[in-house]
Amino acid sequence: MLNTDNKLFQYFLQAINYSFFMAVIWYFSSSPSYRQLEEGKSIITVSFAHAGEIKEPCHRRTQEELMALPPNMRAPMDCTRERSPIKIEISLDGNLVYSESAEAPGFYKDSGVDIYHAAEVSSGSHRLAIKMDDSVLKEGFDYTFEQDIELKPAQILLVDFLPGRGFLIK
Amino acid sequence: MKRAYLALESWFNVSFGTEWNPMYHLGTLTFFLFWIVLVTGLYLFGIFHGSIDGAYDSVEYITHEQWYIAGVMRSLHRYASDAAVITILLHMFKEFAAGRYKGFRWFSWVSGLPVLWLVVTLGITGYWLVWDELAQYVAIGSARLLDSLPIFTSSMASNFLEGEMTDRFFILIEFLHLLGQPLILFFLLWLHVKRLSNVDINPPRGLAMGTLLALLVLSFVKPAVSHGPADLTSMPTVLQLDWFYLNAYPLMDYWSEGKTWLLATAITFVLMLLPWVPPKKDVPVAVVDLAHCNGCELCFDDCPFEAISVQARTDGARFEKEVVVDPALCAACGICMGSCPSSNPFRQSEDELKTGIDMPSLPVDKIRSMTDKAIAEMSGDTKVLMIGCEHGFNVNRLDNNDTKGLKLFCSGMIPPTLVEYALKKGADGVMIVGCRHNDCFYRFGNLWIDKRFTGERKPILRKRADRRRIRVFGGSETDKKSIEKELQAFRNEVMQIKDEPASSVQVEDKGEQDA
Repeated sequence: MLNTDNKLFQYFLQAINYSFFMAVIWYFSSSPSYRQLEEGKSIITVSFAHAGEIKEPCHRRTQEELMALPPNMRAPMDCTRERSPIKIEISLDGNLVYSESAEAPGFYKDSGVDIYHAAEVSSGSHRLAIKMDDSVLKEGFDYTFEQDIELKPAQILLVDFLPGRGFLIK
Repeated sequence: MKRAYLALESWFNVSFGTEWNPMYHLGTLTFFLFWIVLVTGLYLFGIFHGSIDGAYDSVEYITHEQWYIAGVMRSLHRYASDAAVITILLHMFKEFAAGRYKGFRWFSWVSGLPVLWLVVTLGITGYWLVWDELAQYVAIGSARLLDSLPIFTSSMASNFLEGEMTDRFFILIEFLHLLGQPLILFFLLWLHVKRLSNVDINPPRGLAMGTLLALLVLSFVKPAVSHGPADLTSMPTVLQLDWFYLNAYPLMDYWSEGKTWLLATAITFVLMLLPWVPPKKDVPVAVVDLAHCNGCELCFDDCPFEAISVQARTDGARFEKEVVVDPALCAACGICMGSCPSSNPFRQSEDELKTGIDMPSLPVDKIRSMTDKAIAEMSGDTKVLMIGCEHGFNVNRLDNNDTKGLKLFCSGMIPPTLVEYALKKGADGVMIVGCRHNDCFYRFGNLWIDKRFTGERKPILRKRADRRRIRVFGGSETDKKSIEKELQAFRNEVMQIKDEPASSVQVEDKGEQDA
């Protein structure tokens, strides 16, 4: 049985408890260390926002169709709002590493698509190829990009897409 | 699990005593840690520069240039936050192990869960503001987590690419950390204790000082430092994570964002459903009998859960007020019955003893009968009536020819006149064994009984009751040895004074448990 009537002894026990409490905080506030990225690895991030082409071609309304509409809605062209999905394929040294077909967001599927993909790859020299299709009306990929890249360890290589310029490394 | 908790509690009783035992003050200790975080945070806010270019440098200034004040403040800010996670988790463990999360307590349990999650997110935004490599990891990880939800149409992670990060986004996080989240936290804390009366948010001074001193020592011995500055062109490789707050991120790297959300959601749902699994049987709540209530409000003052309110008299009686019980808030602890002056077993006006506020499943009349029966069943030289509660030590375990146990819902359910009545009816001594001192299942049962016996709280024990024949002791189911020892000591004292005339001496009140 511990003698708890002894105040000094009780303070000593309290010091032990506080020390243990602080030791737990000491350790877990920064340990064990966490390795997020293995040595000799780098990151390729492909990130861009792009709206696909309108999914269906516009249709010129006939006279009958126009007359069937209320007077204030008689626009000559009937265009759908829905946009094509964005299809993207990323290859590294000829191997497909990422492939996605992203539907346009929004209730009418008429908004732009945000693509964000970060891939962990080995550092060093690679051949990067990116293909993107933004229209269901045309066969094949509308944009292609291919370039030799040199990745330093832990480097984040950022690939962006700008309308009119296509893919580019930032 | 309960035994593990009781063992831990016993250990702290040995080293801190029952008044400073941190297991009895986990809630208030968390409040105290929040105060430390708030005060240190306000100081740091004065020096911190809330921009992408200025944040890291200002934190470096805080850490290294003005280490003796600001650096210590930063360390205290971090370590008090870490300590708060520990006290919150221990608080949850304690309430769960002691079964204090079911029935009427569902509200406190459920409203406490968002506090935990909010504290975690508060810590996350705090790490974000340093804008070092760890902040970069946390920012991108948080963005990935949010992007995986079908909420945002644009990618949040794309904000953390080289050249994309803006001060506006940084200021948004700063606003969240400094104002938005703390305000929500204070609201949630208010909600968490809303159904409790006499809420104390301050721990005992000694415990608070000890905790602050320990955190200060840690802050000097191991000052909080930053990683290298955030660099969005390269990935941080090795990170010194604060595992109290950032444990979800490695899990997300190992699993996926979706699975991490799924796990967090599953844990939350399981914890939220716990109060109803398995369903708890409804206990009849306290009932007011206006014919015996004079509106004295003692039950209103004593109710630990704000279940009793006072209103104007509705029955035309000459008294001004009456009390009303809210069944949704009533814990059926019976403390109100113990505080009612009408719960006096000496009353003989009617065949059935009635009181102003009673418990239908264990009315005061039945308690009087049980007392009579227990005393009649004892045949030894020194008859000791032990009155216990449902959540502490089972007093019936010590039944024999000169000891009988009487189990009530809570020790606070005992009207002082009942003790006097038992002594008058032939008991040589009355020993009250409630929950461990400062750890009443119904919050204030053993505290109120102490105060009633020492005359600090009405209804008081009348002076004509011989206090030497009354013993109050706290104990749990694991404290049989110490309770037996205390009972034997009490019996010896009672034997010595048995034939003496009754006199008024100080009440014995001890609360030690098995160590």
